[in-house]
Amino acid sequence: MQRIIVKVQKIEHEEEKRGIKKGMKKILSVILAASLMAASLCACSGNKSASSSASGSLSGTIQISGSSALQPLAQAAADKFKETNPDVSVTVNAGGSGTGLQNISDKTVDIGDSDVYAEEKLSSDKAKSLVDHIVCVVGVAAVANPQAGVSNVTKQQLTDIFTGEITNWKEVGGNDQKIVIINRPKSSGTRALFQKYALGGEEENTGKSLMEDNSGTLRQNVAQTPGSVAYIAFSYLNDSVKPLYVDNVQPTYENIYSGKYNIWGYEHMYTNGQPSALCKAFLDYVQSKDFAKTITEKGYGLYSEMKVKRSSP
Amino acid sequence: MKLKREKWKKEYLGRTAVTLAGLFIIVLTLAIGAFLFYKGTATFTSDHHTVAEFLFSSNWEPAQQGSGGKVGAAIFIVGSIIISAFALLLATPFSIAAALFMTEISPSAGRRILQPAVEIFVGIPSVVYGWVGLTVLVPFLAKVFNLAYGYSVLAGAIVLAVMISPTITSVAADAIRSVPNEYREASYGLGSTRWQMIYRVVIPAAMPGILTGVVLGLARAFGEALAVAMVIGKMQAFPKGLLSPTTNLTAEITASMGNTAEGSEWNNALWAMALLLLIISFLFIVIIRLIGKKGADKT
Amino acid sequence: MKPKFHRSSAKTTDKAATVALYTVADLFLVLLAAFTIYIFYRGAVAFKPEYLSFTREGIGIQFFNTIYLVLISLLISVPIGIAAGIYMAEYSGGGRISRFIRTCIETLASLPSIVVGLFGYLVFVVMTGSHWNLLAGALAVSILNIPSLTTVTEDALESVPELYREGSFGLGATHWQTITGVILPAALPRVLTGIVMAAGRGFGEAAALLFTSGMSSDVNFRNWNPWSRTSPLNLLRPADTLAVHIWALKTEGIEENAAQLSDLSSAVLMILVFAFSLGSRCIGDRLERKITGSEPKGSKKAWKRK
Repeated sequence: MQRIIVKVQKIEHEEEKRGIKKGMKKILSVILAASLMAASLCACSGNKSASSSASGSLSGTIQISGSSALQPLAQAAADKFKETNPDVSVTVNAGGSGTGLQNISDKTVDIGDSDVYAEEKLSSDKAKSLVDHIVCVVGVAAVANPQAGVSNVTKQQLTDIFTGEITNWKEVGGNDQKIVIINRPKSSGTRALFQKYALGGEEENTGKSLMEDNSGTLRQNVAQTPGSVAYIAFSYLNDSVKPLYVDNVQPTYENIYSGKYNIWGYEHMYTNGQPSALCKAFLDYVQSKDFAKTITEKGYGLYSEMKVKRSSP
Repeated sequence: MKLKREKWKKEYLGRTAVTLAGLFIIVLTLAIGAFLFYKGTATFTSDHHTVAEFLFSSNWEPAQQGSGGKVGAAIFIVGSIIISAFALLLATPFSIAAALFMTEISPSAGRRILQPAVEIFVGIPSVVYGWVGLTVLVPFLAKVFNLAYGYSVLAGAIVLAVMISPTITSVAADAIRSVPNEYREASYGLGSTRWQMIYRVVIPAAMPGILTGVVLGLARAFGEALAVAMVIGKMQAFPKGLLSPTTNLTAEITASMGNTAEGSEWNNALWAMALLLLIISFLFIVIIRLIGKKGADKT
Repeated sequence: MKPKFHRSSAKTTDKAATVALYTVADLFLVLLAAFTIYIFYRGAVAFKPEYLSFTREGIGIQFFNTIYLVLISLLISVPIGIAAGIYMAEYSGGGRISRFIRTCIETLASLPSIVVGLFGYLVFVVMTGSHWNLLAGALAVSILNIPSLTTVTEDALESVPELYREGSFGLGATHWQTITGVILPAALPRVLTGIVMAAGRGFGEAAALLFTSGMSSDVNFRNWNPWSRTSPLNLLRPADTLAVHIWALKTEGIEENAAQLSDLSSAVLMILVFAFSLGSRCIGDRLERKITGSEPKGSKKAWKRK
């Protein structure tokens, strides 16, 4: 019997053969392998502190987690950083700002990305030990399905749309089309920004709006639903949706830099305490002029260009 | 003598190994259960909400920091139940018919074509189902029913039905296959047609197995997260009908788990939802058991 | 004897039912075919050779991760699942413990994968003090697969004719020898089907992996030292599988080509599942032929070895 099986040469089935022949041995060896791997991990994280900051020959690992809005930029930064520092391993996980802040507070990652200040998610004694590094600015635009026939709204109209006072686009000069609101969950950082700076703190009407958290899906929702309105970060804007001017101000980074358009927020990278030499090198790179071009290419704004400032809550 | 001793050694070694594997399953289940119980009860122990509020209130406004929010999850629970129930209504007749075809009508075609088809269905990631649902099914429903948008209980139910039908089909087919051939021969011997044989003999005899498949499908539907969330609109309101949007337990867990910090009232409430999912799947097991027992009593 | 008109109406019903069953089966196939063609079409439209590269622009890394993760998870779950299945079929005796294990198996089988993912995240990732890693993902997928593997093995073993067993016992074999030498080989084709289903689940799983194996990888394909963090073989590096990659691209991707990449990934994943299913079916058929063709000889060999 066994001979027949051995003849079958298909890599994918190797485990079955062994499983049948010597299941227990396999389990033992897996456990052994796992513990060996664990040992190697310890060795790896040990490298981090041993990294040298001199002469650009950095080595070690950087683990980043958090904000999904910042993930693409962080990934791009990681790739570029590796070009000059090939011995450094950088991995970026999205998972949400809450996860990022929680992880960095627990020290399970080296950098935690967040759309909001740590104080807004964590208890104050946990947030106290975190050090904020603002890496860029992100603008949030109200977007509508092109069939709405509207390109500009006043701030009051925007508020009335999202609170459910205005229910048809013709009330704001558009087509006779019912308004469909697509919201984000209350835990979302983008929603917090939009509520604070676009709606003047007014609560959106949750019971009557659709909800979507993921920006890519949200954009698809708006693109295919006539009369829909939502808000997404500038980095997700494309031709399928129509960004709305607010009080005749176009949602662009120029207008954010000059202070004319105020629906924006900082993107944060938090470290727990002062960053290690390696993390510092990475953060310096993200904030450097070399990386500025990538930031604007990916649809984010430059912190250094900002003529207006905001302070933490 | 020595040979015999060696034989016994082999016997007991193998026996111990497989027994340990059996016990491992118990340990694993208890570990997951205990862990979810520990995480899921924090809403009630440290945030001092009542179980009644969680189950029956529709006021869902948990606090991200500190406490004082509302954790009524009724909308999510009702949404989960309604969507899964409709998915089951859609999937069951199709799946049983497909299973009958595979076993009674054309076993060879069943084995060569349908069985692999079922396996491929299982391997398609749920996010692909969800995305096809979002870009094809949702606009289609909006057009057909002349709605503002197609995000609805129906869309969720259809996507789920497609996803759970392989499970029901394969379990039902197994059950039908295991009906002894003597039953069929006896039925034919009495002069019945093939359909009469299937309808009066095979289906009743395989009923417990078929129902097991149905309940397993229901459990699968209840726990599915990524695909359904894309097409139901996630509106935080009770559904007004088949064509209106709503939300469910898994959609809220996936949307907010990453955005809330561990230990916050909101995060705890999400864990309570996860615990509820476990309890519900356990209830399904009990139901399967009762069905099985009834089937056994009958025969 | 029934009256004649009854007989003919019964025949009509029979015909109608047969037609209905054929229709449903065809519908099933048409649905699958439509789905498959749609996904392949989207994948083909999106195809560019550079998308298959093992760099950030391509999906080669994810392709590798998917196969590797499923392989590791099968290495873990197949031995445990088969062993537990043997226990349930041969040794448990149907008593209270066996009933309890069955309840456990069924509870595990109906666990939502997102719950398994969260469990995996806190136990395999946070409690071990590590980061997202491939092994944690493989363990989470194993938890999803063990119950079905156990059930399939148990069923397969129980469906082996009693004669085989009696013959083996008659030759003086112990229970364990009978299992490994006769019953398990005879049940192998069905167990194999179970393994294919388990692998399929692993290929398509995303919810349980989002929180366990992570959403990115940093891999250097020139580095095959399994202890190095950037080696593809390292078990403790983060690893995004195709399914997770599709999810990330669809939901959060901002790259211009995110849609194309995810369409292509879906098609590639489908080909993978298809090939796996086809391959194992061939092997299963061949095994079955060999087993039924050379059963006595095979069994004897097995005895001699023991």
